[in-house]
Amino acid sequence: MVNIHMTGAQMVLKAFEDHQVDTIFGYPGGAVLPIYDELAKERDTNQPIRHYLVRHEQGASHSAEGYARSSGKVGVMLVTSGPGVTNSVTGLTDAMMDSIPIVCISGQVPTHLIGTDAFQECDAVGITRPCTKHNWLVKDIDDLSRILHEAFYVASSGRPGPVLVDIPKDIQFQTGTYIGPETVKHKSYRPKLKANIDQIDDALKLITNAEKPIFYTGGGVINSGNAAVQLLREFVRLTGFPITSTLQGLGAYPGDDSQFIGMLGMHGTYEANMAMNECDLMINIGARFDDRITGKIDEFSPNSKKIHIDIDPSSINKIVKVDVPLIGDVAHVLEDSIKLWKSKVYKINKAPLKEWWKTIDKWKEIDSLKYTNDKNTIKPQYAIQRLYELTKDKDVFVTTEVGQHQMWAAQYYKFNKPNRWITSGGLGTMGFGLPAAIGAQVAHPDKLVIDIAGEASILMCIQEMSTALQHKLPVKIFIINNQYMGMVRQWQELLHDKRYSHSYTDALPDFVKLAEAYGAKGIRAQKPHELDKAINEMIEYDGPVIFDCVVEQNENVFPMIPSGKAHNEMLLGDETEKEEISDEGKVLV
Amino acid sequence: MSKIVSKHTVSVLVDNEPGVLARVIGLISGRGYNIDSLTVAEVDAEKHISRITIVAPGTEQTVNKMISQLQRIVPVKRAANVTFEKQGIEREMALVKIVSTGEKRLESMRLSDVFRARVIDTTHDSFVFELNGSPRKIDAFIDLMKPLGLSEVSRTGVVAIARGTERM
Repeated sequence: MVNIHMTGAQMVLKAFEDHQVDTIFGYPGGAVLPIYDELAKERDTNQPIRHYLVRHEQGASHSAEGYARSSGKVGVMLVTSGPGVTNSVTGLTDAMMDSIPIVCISGQVPTHLIGTDAFQECDAVGITRPCTKHNWLVKDIDDLSRILHEAFYVASSGRPGPVLVDIPKDIQFQTGTYIGPETVKHKSYRPKLKANIDQIDDALKLITNAEKPIFYTGGGVINSGNAAVQLLREFVRLTGFPITSTLQGLGAYPGDDSQFIGMLGMHGTYEANMAMNECDLMINIGARFDDRITGKIDEFSPNSKKIHIDIDPSSINKIVKVDVPLIGDVAHVLEDSIKLWKSKVYKINKAPLKEWWKTIDKWKEIDSLKYTNDKNTIKPQYAIQRLYELTKDKDVFVTTEVGQHQMWAAQYYKFNKPNRWITSGGLGTMGFGLPAAIGAQVAHPDKLVIDIAGEASILMCIQEMSTALQHKLPVKIFIINNQYMGMVRQWQELLHDKRYSHSYTDALPDFVKLAEAYGAKGIRAQKPHELDKAINEMIEYDGPVIFDCVVEQNENVFPMIPSGKAHNEMLLGDETEKEEISDEGKVLV
Repeated sequence: MSKIVSKHTVSVLVDNEPGVLARVIGLISGRGYNIDSLTVAEVDAEKHISRITIVAPGTEQTVNKMISQLQRIVPVKRAANVTFEKQGIEREMALVKIVSTGEKRLESMRLSDVFRARVIDTTHDSFVFELNGSPRKIDAFIDLMKPLGLSEVSRTGVVAIARGTERM
């Protein structure tokens, strides 16, 4: 590798090239103009970087997330100083919570103005310190290329996450020496990929002895990559054990497979939560015992041994004490586990496993996702079921906003492949779905990308419609419109004696006209019998669509583990009147 | 797990790079933990490794969570609980100024002897003592000096290390 002299702005583009970045999401401004100037000069070359101009930096951050999550690559965004950075904070935090690799390049005022409260100055590294995996302020041109390479390395290795590189404007203009990525090695950050083989043996022994086992898998499987997904499928089939998944893990194991017993957690299926509660062996693969999963922690799966595979050592024993920790990358650990399993005489405890499946099948008979359909109003569950039925033969990418529609989408839309389900789980960011859909569509221009949205959430980043139109991205926005912030309304109904404080939106836009104002197509369905035809019309339209699906206003998401309750204290749809939520539960979120 | 709140001493080894102290203490304050004392200095000049020692009140469980979070910071190499009760050695240094005359002045001199404090500055009306030891010993010395003209105290905060052959 020959060291080359170039400006800081040119180094940024060179680093993009060296890290195979061909797509970025951004918004120009004073402090990043030198980099935008290089983008303009580069436009006439053979392989220019595709820059997607967003309408708000929050949109850039979620688009980068949607791009990263649907493609497995690093998402890259470029923003200016001051408000450019502060507007990105929500997306960076979202990526931090859901472990998504993002590199955010931000402009900064020139070094001699830092600390003077200059125009559009903010303490970018200070503000983003808690919401990035790591960040850097570049104060010397000769550090820039090294920092850029470290940024890509830190974002994408170990437990992935967002990073930010803050580059003052004078550094972008200065000339220095560019060092190639192959010579740069981070001085201390080396995540461990392979687990201890003795501990894998301990885990396999537990699997051999288990009578009521369950796999509990999460987003870590998908982050680990396609090999991990294939190995997970092989291992689960090898054992014949039931498998449940967190919200983020959906799609790693086929949603329509007979061993899959549905999502678990607050709005998970009855059988998944009961199985978690009563199992004697829990095999956690790439999940983190989030509070939405565990419910009341003291009563979480009281009688089970626990195996936990996680690349992040700090996840082990953070919330739940485990018996066998396997610290490493999911794909590596599963590969070693399967190898060891095949080389030795481990055997499944078949007779008890059969009994265990019988118990699970009994729980399944409760049919916890059933709901009462209606002839005159569209039930939200029905709308998502029809959307699934009419699109399941295609390779569809689904993003969501946050709230009831998100949970219904998770419950009724089945995913058979990884990276097809893109939702804000950890942070729960309303406004995520549309820009994330744009990012997914950019990564997969020929695929169907649907944002399953709520009418409240969609308004939080609606400006990105303009981005979709400008860049000819035919995203479909399927709004489950009940005029309420549905999940807020549901909690107010169950926890606050039906005092619906500020959860009703009185002055919604006409979504059909709104679509047309942006130059997109608007479609509305109000009756169940109109639904199929309207959905087909949406799918067939070559361009962005806002679909206003007017649904029943008072529908709630069930099953539900109320705050502060255990897995075996789920509310099913027909029992809600009987249950009282304790004061302890009310203070939880 | 135990609900008893006590003081925990946590040692953190970090790459000595700009902002690393801000990352560590920002995480601690941002997640709602308190800090009683904090010391930091480079301990390996070649590899540029610094050691941060934090004394924080909390239950065993909250301190373990804090350590887990600290381990996620990229330039943090290791973090561990090295509290006295967990076979750790804790030391602190204090400078204590006494302003008094006559019998009180003599008594402060006698007591400083008992504590093996050194006089490092004196006038006819004052002493500055230098005292090393466990935080508890320094607390005791300061308490004793209160009626004897205690004027000012400066403490380094705790540094700690594990006993025996074990290393971080």
